[in-house]
Amino acid sequence: MKLNKFKSSEITPENFYINRRQFLKEMGIITGTAFASQNIITSALSYTPETERKITPYKFATTYNNYYEFGTSKSDPHKNSKDFITKPWDIKIDGEVENEITLSVEEIKNMIPSEERIYRFRCVEGWSMVVPWLGFPLNKLLNKVKPTSKAKFVKFTSVYDPDQMKGQRFPVLNWPYKEGLRIDEAMHPLTIMVTGLYGKELPNQNGAPLRLIVPWKYGFKSAKAIVNIKFVEKMPISSWMNASPKEYGFYSNVNPNVSHPRWSQATERVIGENIYSPRIKTVIFNGYGDEVAGLYDGMDLRKNF
Amino acid sequence: MIRIFKPTIFVLCLVPFIIIAYQILFNKLGAEPVKQVTHHTGEWTLRFILLSLAMTPLKNITKILAWIKYRRMLGLFAFFYGTLHLLTYIGLDYQFNLDPIIDDVLNKKFIFIGFAAWILMLPLVVTSNQKMVLILKQNWKKIHRLSYLIGIFAVLHFIWLSKTIFFEPLIYLIILITLLTLRLDFIKFLLKKKSVT
Repeated sequence: MKLNKFKSSEITPENFYINRRQFLKEMGIITGTAFASQNIITSALSYTPETERKITPYKFATTYNNYYEFGTSKSDPHKNSKDFITKPWDIKIDGEVENEITLSVEEIKNMIPSEERIYRFRCVEGWSMVVPWLGFPLNKLLNKVKPTSKAKFVKFTSVYDPDQMKGQRFPVLNWPYKEGLRIDEAMHPLTIMVTGLYGKELPNQNGAPLRLIVPWKYGFKSAKAIVNIKFVEKMPISSWMNASPKEYGFYSNVNPNVSHPRWSQATERVIGENIYSPRIKTVIFNGYGDEVAGLYDGMDLRKNF
Repeated sequence: MIRIFKPTIFVLCLVPFIIIAYQILFNKLGAEPVKQVTHHTGEWTLRFILLSLAMTPLKNITKILAWIKYRRMLGLFAFFYGTLHLLTYIGLDYQFNLDPIIDDVLNKKFIFIGFAAWILMLPLVVTSNQKMVLILKQNWKKIHRLSYLIGIFAVLHFIWLSKTIFFEPLIYLIILITLLTLRLDFIKFLLKKKSVT
């Protein structure tokens, strides 16, 4: 697997961001930010699979979100999540495991250092961003438990708290939000648990305190505000599969050749571009085919959409 | 009264256009500018369709004839915003790249029905002036019953493009059903009876 195939200098991030990158590189440490207490490894800064596309401005990545727990409009999550309480926060890892565990987010952050990953983020609605996440491979967390031989899938459950999340007071989806991955997808080094973005702590509207990012799948697969990770034998039914099984499949890999029943997936709009910018072509597996196509060898991607 | 009202309402009907023109010119469209223009023009098309459909029921209920005088203008504004909506989709979103557009119209039901709604508006626009009312006589009424079909298509267009059960499309659906129900003969009968007694 060629993870270090691109140099970070090849991308053109926004100003404050490049400053931070250079600073991190030169100093090898992090100081003076809200994130100072966190455990971040800097060696991974050379890791970036992004060469062609510009990093999305921070403003858009944090104000243009799909997070129906806080409302169905794109601006709702930013508006309605301001007072959301994420401390204390426990995550239980259980199901088909020999040793189920409950860890606090603080414990997890101290145990596993975060690194930077610049990933493309493609929404099933046909728009995309490029986001510099801070996080760690999910496999490092999953390795804390021993799955039994029955375990085939991993099910993620997001928090249910209608008092704080007013979107959950309406049956838009079957709350709490549920997602799932096959174990090999969950263990894949590109699959990360996110603790921050743009060198900052993860904002509430982006799924604080801990969210998933699976860069080769449509954005809705990347569950936010996770409270439970369960190893299971049978393929989990995600909230979106439950809402519309013909439109949202379990795999939901980014694929320009398999269109959504109601719209095409061949192209995407780049967030932050101006009104006259054309759509760009969507790439299979969102451009991560070299790394992940092997997971689906021999599978009919049209059937397993 | 009508002399003052009509120009005022005409200017009011232009407000959504002025807003979006301002946002385009001063780059205030946010993260997804094309989608913003598409949604704005689409939403106002639907609103004007429903407004124009509301005039006859309002006349029947209030017994004030003046409502009818605004029906044509509201209908033409629906066509104006609908055309902007269509042009945004063809010109800004797909940059006049006809292949994906034809593919969408033929394969995606929400685009098909939206396009169909716009096409159905054409005969209404062509026959909207007073001269045509006189020429077509009874047929004019028949042709303009298409406006109900356009309303149904426009609401379906909105429902089908939504990802899940959203409130907004449902609100429009409820308004549409109310307006259609008010045109049913037995309701009209009830209203008439009431006014007699």
